[in-house]
Amino acid sequence: MSETATTDKLAVRVTDLTVAYHHRPVLWDIDLEVPAGKLMAVMGPNGAGKTTMIKAILGLVPTAAGRVQILGKPYAQQRHLVGYVPQRGSVDWDFPTTVRDVVMMGRYGALSWFKRPGANERKLAAEALEKVGMNEFADRQISQLSGGQQQRVFLARALVQDAQIYFMDEPFQGVDARTERAIVDLLKELRALGRTVVVVHHDLQTVKEYFDWITLLNVRRIACGPVNAVFNQENLRLAYGGRVEFLEGRTRREPENDIDEDLRGLGRIRP
Amino acid sequence: MSGILEFMTDYTLRTVALGSATLGLVAGALGAFAVLRRQSLLGDAVSHAALPGIVLAFMVTGSKTPLILVIGAALSGWVASLLVLLVVRTTRIKMDTALGLMLSTFFGLGMVLLSVIQRTAGEGMAGLDHFLFGQAATLVGEDLVTMAGLGLAVLIVLMLLWKEFKLLSFDPEFAGALGLPVKGLNVGLTTLLVIAIVIGLQTVGVVLMSAMIVTPAAAARQWTDRLGVLVALAGFFGALSGLIGALVSSLIPRLPTGPTIIMAITLITVLSLLFAPRRGVVAGWLRTLSQRKQVASDSILADLYRLADQHPEPAEAPHEVPVLVAMRSGEAVDKGLAELARQGLTALEPDGRWRLTPEGVDRGRHLVHGTLAEGGEPA
Amino acid sequence: MNASMWSILGIAVVTSAACALVGTFLMLRRLSMLSDAISHAILPGIVIAFFLTGDLTSPWLVVGAAATGVLTVALVEVITTTRLLKEDAAMGLVFPALFSLGIILITRYAGNVHLDVDAVLLGELAFAPFDRFMVAGHDLGPRALWLMSGILLISTTLITLFYKELKIATFDPGLAASLGLAPVVLHYGLMSLVSVTAVGAFDAVGLILVVALMIGPPAAAYLLTDRLAVLLGLAVGLGALAATLGFGLAFWIDASIAGCMAVAVGVVFFAVFLVAPDRGLVAVMRRRRRQRYQFAEVMLAIHLVHHEGSPEEIEESRVEHLHGKHVGWTPEFTRDVVAGALRRGLVEKAGDRLLLTELGRATAGHALSGAGA
Repeated sequence: MSETATTDKLAVRVTDLTVAYHHRPVLWDIDLEVPAGKLMAVMGPNGAGKTTMIKAILGLVPTAAGRVQILGKPYAQQRHLVGYVPQRGSVDWDFPTTVRDVVMMGRYGALSWFKRPGANERKLAAEALEKVGMNEFADRQISQLSGGQQQRVFLARALVQDAQIYFMDEPFQGVDARTERAIVDLLKELRALGRTVVVVHHDLQTVKEYFDWITLLNVRRIACGPVNAVFNQENLRLAYGGRVEFLEGRTRREPENDIDEDLRGLGRIRP
Repeated sequence: MSGILEFMTDYTLRTVALGSATLGLVAGALGAFAVLRRQSLLGDAVSHAALPGIVLAFMVTGSKTPLILVIGAALSGWVASLLVLLVVRTTRIKMDTALGLMLSTFFGLGMVLLSVIQRTAGEGMAGLDHFLFGQAATLVGEDLVTMAGLGLAVLIVLMLLWKEFKLLSFDPEFAGALGLPVKGLNVGLTTLLVIAIVIGLQTVGVVLMSAMIVTPAAAARQWTDRLGVLVALAGFFGALSGLIGALVSSLIPRLPTGPTIIMAITLITVLSLLFAPRRGVVAGWLRTLSQRKQVASDSILADLYRLADQHPEPAEAPHEVPVLVAMRSGEAVDKGLAELARQGLTALEPDGRWRLTPEGVDRGRHLVHGTLAEGGEPA
Repeated sequence: MNASMWSILGIAVVTSAACALVGTFLMLRRLSMLSDAISHAILPGIVIAFFLTGDLTSPWLVVGAAATGVLTVALVEVITTTRLLKEDAAMGLVFPALFSLGIILITRYAGNVHLDVDAVLLGELAFAPFDRFMVAGHDLGPRALWLMSGILLISTTLITLFYKELKIATFDPGLAASLGLAPVVLHYGLMSLVSVTAVGAFDAVGLILVVALMIGPPAAAYLLTDRLAVLLGLAVGLGALAATLGFGLAFWIDASIAGCMAVAVGVVFFAVFLVAPDRGLVAVMRRRRRQRYQFAEVMLAIHLVHHEGSPEEIEESRVEHLHGKHVGWTPEFTRDVVAGALRRGLVEKAGDRLLLTELGRATAGHALSGAGA
């Protein structure tokens, strides 16, 4: 069938993915196709299910239905090709461990049971820390890091996974401008190496600059495709609701304005 | 000296000491993980819930063989934690409420069973009530073998699965993404914790055993930022307090072992909270104090630099103390100047006026303009 | 039943009511384990106050020992604010230490203290009727009954007076603060009530039953109602029920009264947990099962909508496709879901394909817009 012909070029293929918490739908029947070598943003309003979608793809939350394929094979067989950067706030940064230790955790999946990380893992960790500019912090206790530094540590941990496809949950959340720049450079470097990166993103202003592929999500899939084709008023209106009046650059405000930061950004975009 | 001699020769005392040290070591090491995973309360519930298991095991088998009682304790501890999970997963009742409910109900059941066999079995049950507050003096060689065997097994499993348990405790989600069997590891680590608890019950008692889980780790956490050191140190503190508590309670009549061990580990923890370098309360005070002093002398230095900056004469020109007093609105200028002189930043002229040393000029420029001497433009 | 048995039951019921009242607020504020901590930590206070007053039911002892309980709470908070320990660890450090101190005092000075370690855990309910409250030579009844009735009266009065404030401070501390309600004062007021109740109940029923009565009945009542006033009433009622059942059990099997009451609290809770009309285990399981199928039927409709008019429509709408490589349901589950959807008129069968009806399309549209709002 024609399906197999296209599959091998797809980094991620999600079909009919549905997730529910206590039978309240969080994601409805999502279909997704991400070609290899793309930087894809996943966007949508709060509660749209962006994080849930990533976790469902990674098998971290139970799904009501759906299949996930990574590079043409079921996720379970391809797990070693996938790297993950969870939200920074998901762990206790007061945990008694060092930056190098956290980064080496990225190798735990490749190490067999009972085997301790050794010289090779230390070397890989040092290289990854070098890439994110955190070399000198290797022996630092993780509670002494700033938000941006924490994010870089998480990125380094994903880098040592040496994956083909990365999933990153809000890596730009609460980081300083320098870190944001460093992350963007890293993403582009990964793309240059042919890797695929899926990023939960919030800032509508930077989409065109940072990404070449986008999925707009609001419980169901609104659109998925190249940024140039898909990132338009119509789709944003569908994803974010009526509040997208801002897109047209008018000053008229919706009455119930509790807009958050990312929507404020909408006003400045002229597609 | 006589205590040590006695220890070397007295079989009972040696058994007691070794047993208490073993339980402290294992409980401390596993407790470090429990505290990091915020499961302190679970330990409390499991240890109380073990009581009916101990009594039932005795009632069913009629035996007080340590291994049988330990298995009974572990089973009822497990049943209680499963019931907690069932209630929390299916209703809106929160974890702490469910834990407290199971703790009191199971313990009540244990007391009921105790009172029943007290009536029916008479002297046969003697010893079971030691499980309430612990009685190290009742430890015999067989207990020691059981405790050491189980404890060793627990520690070996902990070592073998070290990296998995570490990741599970720090970032279970990432562990799941790597494909580690998170649920299985959770069950495994909790099982180790349950075993660590039940091997201490005879010595410390079900009422206080939870403290042997939490407290050594709380003390150890103050001294280190490494997980490995934390676990080792918690084990060491646990063993030390077990040893102290058991010896003291054996030497002084009418002193229950459990509470004595708890007092020992509490003392270690309080000392750690107060005096640990860097994290300790006293270290924190000293830091604040020296920071305050630094801020005070820095502002005097900055004043001196500003004076020099405004005047045409060289930066190192001397100034009179009253001028500085006026600028600082009369704060302890003399002390500050002396402190700066000690750091080699100011110098006292023979006429009683103060001047900046070249180093003082550099530091003053840094303070006022935010640049170091070699750094180009002022910010 | 003789008079002393009635007295025992009376003391137990009044105690359970007093515990259930404060316990309800502890549970709602997610502080249930504080009842455990406080009831252990008051022990040295009780022992020392007993040395001084020589009377376990003296009001001075109650106040003095209760202060230990409030101090414990404050101490845990101080340790937590230093950020050296997390709250659960701080609690796990403080209360066993105080409790150990109390036990050591009791065992060391057992000769001087009319207290023993078993009584700490289980109280001496069986002997409570014989400690009489004498005023000017008149016997007014068991002293413990008077003491617990007094405590119950005080907490009922305070909770009634500050009902509104407690309610707001419990459900929305931020709002309470902005209304100038001083949540800290309310918090410590509540902690004082808990401590006083724990000390008063301690002599009669022992600390295990105090913990059971403060946690169990409110937890059971929480599965039956959403309204605070009803919750308080039900907690008191269920507490009294558990006390009565436990009392009966104790006499039937001739075992520790307080122990049997603690078991009865657990039994009452699990009975409610199983059969509560809306939140009970049976009801929840039935609802989840029903919802699972309803949800799947809607999912089926949405799936068909998504592929309507697309080139792969014919492929995607085949029944075997649903349990094939895409949706991933088991064949049995798919069969049941399709049958349900046909019965409810969401889809029609056309050969081996499923076609959406108008109702099915509307249901899917409704689910999507409702979910996306």
